[in-house]
Amino acid sequence: MKLHEYQAKEIFAKYGLPVTSGMLVKHLSEVDEALKKFPNGPWVVKAQIHAGGRGKAGGVKLAKNEMEVSQKATDILGMTLISPQTGPQGKVVKKIFITPAVDYTKELYVSVVLDRAHRCPVILASAEGGTEIEELAAHKPEAIQKVYIDPIQGLHPYQARQLHLSLGLPPDKINQGAKLFQGLVKIFMDLDLSLIEVNPLVVLKDGSIHCLDAKVSFDDNGLPRHKEYISWRDPDEEDPRELQAAEHGLSYISLDGNIGCLVNGAGLAMATADAIQHFGGSPANFLDVGGGATTKAVTEAFKIILSDNRVKAILVNIFGGIMKCDIIAQGIIDAAKQVSLSLPLVIRLEGTNVEKGKELLSKSELKYSFASSMDEAAKAIVVAAQGVKS
Amino acid sequence: MSVYLGKNAKVICQGITGSAGLFHSKACREYGTKMVGGVTPGKGGSEVEGFKVFDTVADAVKKTGANTTMIFVPALFAGDAILEAADAGIELIVCITEGIPANDMAKVNSILKQYPKTRLIGPNCPGIITPGVAKVGIMPGYIHKPGKIGIVSRSGTLTYEAVWQVTQLKLGQSTCIGIGGDPIVGTTHLDALEAFNKDKDTQAVIMIGEIGGTAEEEAAQYVKKYMKKPVAAFIAGMTAPPGKRMGHAGAIVSGGKGTAKEKIAALEAAGIVVAQSPGEIGNALVEALKGKKGKLKKKK
Repeated sequence: MKLHEYQAKEIFAKYGLPVTSGMLVKHLSEVDEALKKFPNGPWVVKAQIHAGGRGKAGGVKLAKNEMEVSQKATDILGMTLISPQTGPQGKVVKKIFITPAVDYTKELYVSVVLDRAHRCPVILASAEGGTEIEELAAHKPEAIQKVYIDPIQGLHPYQARQLHLSLGLPPDKINQGAKLFQGLVKIFMDLDLSLIEVNPLVVLKDGSIHCLDAKVSFDDNGLPRHKEYISWRDPDEEDPRELQAAEHGLSYISLDGNIGCLVNGAGLAMATADAIQHFGGSPANFLDVGGGATTKAVTEAFKIILSDNRVKAILVNIFGGIMKCDIIAQGIIDAAKQVSLSLPLVIRLEGTNVEKGKELLSKSELKYSFASSMDEAAKAIVVAAQGVKS
Repeated sequence: MSVYLGKNAKVICQGITGSAGLFHSKACREYGTKMVGGVTPGKGGSEVEGFKVFDTVADAVKKTGANTTMIFVPALFAGDAILEAADAGIELIVCITEGIPANDMAKVNSILKQYPKTRLIGPNCPGIITPGVAKVGIMPGYIHKPGKIGIVSRSGTLTYEAVWQVTQLKLGQSTCIGIGGDPIVGTTHLDALEAFNKDKDTQAVIMIGEIGGTAEEEAAQYVKKYMKKPVAAFIAGMTAPPGKRMGHAGAIVSGGKGTAKEKIAALEAAGIVVAQSPGEIGNALVEALKGKKGKLKKKK
């Protein structure tokens, strides 16, 4: 689960990290209140969307006087921001953050993520921060420093002090910098995060270090431990079909094509999408019904796939292990009735009770074609989707 | 011989009184696995479906001589269950549980370094099976057939797919290891390849990978330098968009890294035969056994 900048800054403030507060504004009528709360300009008006690259896309603007604040707020609220992280369709800005501008002399970058190869959290930091960080990572990876963190003890104070100096931060602020780096790691570990990022981390005129931006992502597996944050999820930022799927214990990801997929198991679901592409088709989604899917879950899965009007044909690929093929077959038959399915349907069943499953399907009124292997299924569905007029 | 799991395995189940734990303990017993009991704190001294229940793993080990465990404990407590098993002297820990926070697994792995004799498989995995000998996990036993092909995979049902293709080729498997779909797992592709390389009964290996991380690339480096046996592979996730978690917590392309393309290139460069479609995993293996290397040509 990702948080917005304004939410992340709330957490930073709770942990005593240096951030500038501000006010969240959802309607233009609230701008005056923000100016009353923070009367001293200049200000920065910042779009609150989950994707990065906001500044370059025009979602972060400086305002020198109160009129300009209103003007920038009008410009940004409701605009569609397109950055490398939003995808080509962009994201509509529904919230902005109005905050006093901060004068600074230097921009740096710092984040904490999980390092899979080292099996521990790692700090990534660079003396060159700001909007070009992704290019820096791609073209000058040696400019990114790494500090590996003991997953039990956290960041040792000496590691934090060394990092402060190696980033070229003012030596007289070494204790402040060290405290900041330790604080970031503490938040990462306390809240079971998958990412905490400050870009830019800035040096103010007096040499002190300040978090100008804040980004936080929770590890979804750790969220049940941090119930107070579950309500911080912004439904505007989520794909409605993905949310609906999650409610029914299904894992759904929207893709760009026209072939709906219903599969058990994440690996097989990915592989099924790959097989479709391999034979010249294009999958509309990734959908894993999980290991213990019920008739109800299969019905919901069909509903979600069909709510996408790009879908021209549906492929069901089930390798029954613990899940028995006859139960899945019954689920498909019931679901197809409930949603009055009319699109071409290709079914491939294998595994436990496959003969019983086939028998149920052939005795039902369901219109479908049966495939006896994965490749056969993928080829058949690609042909079926091409035959449907769009 | 086999890899990690042989006929001397005496197995307990942690979380045996839960519905999944009990169901799969019974299925493992039916397959022929020597199941010697289970653990559920607070239910020690009782018996369920013929399984003796203990309060602690230490107690179970003392009274049954168990050396292997299968864990079904809920996600937020599973890390503790792994450590309990290690501390009780269990040699093979198979953690089936899905949804363990990554930071918990970082801590667990760090502590497991103190137990060099303990091997962890998983979490978030289907388990391990040595066909005809024993299974510790949730895979359907009957799709397997004793043979000489080692299989290692990050996924569950996709592993069954590979197993099934091998069984249909009448080749059979030495051992199949589901290493799990999480970012941090106990046993990696590399570990499994090393073990298969040493195993006299394994003739060739199938490796099923996924997008995310660099485990497949590391395995490819090993194959290039040390592997004496043919290797075939498939990587799932060609169609996965960046930044999206494809079901498994570990299956995510982030910062342009961990793409299927990169992985396939690394595998092919190491002389591994890579199936271009999941339906061709069996064919890729046949080609690898014939001594072919690199990309599997499309059949006309």
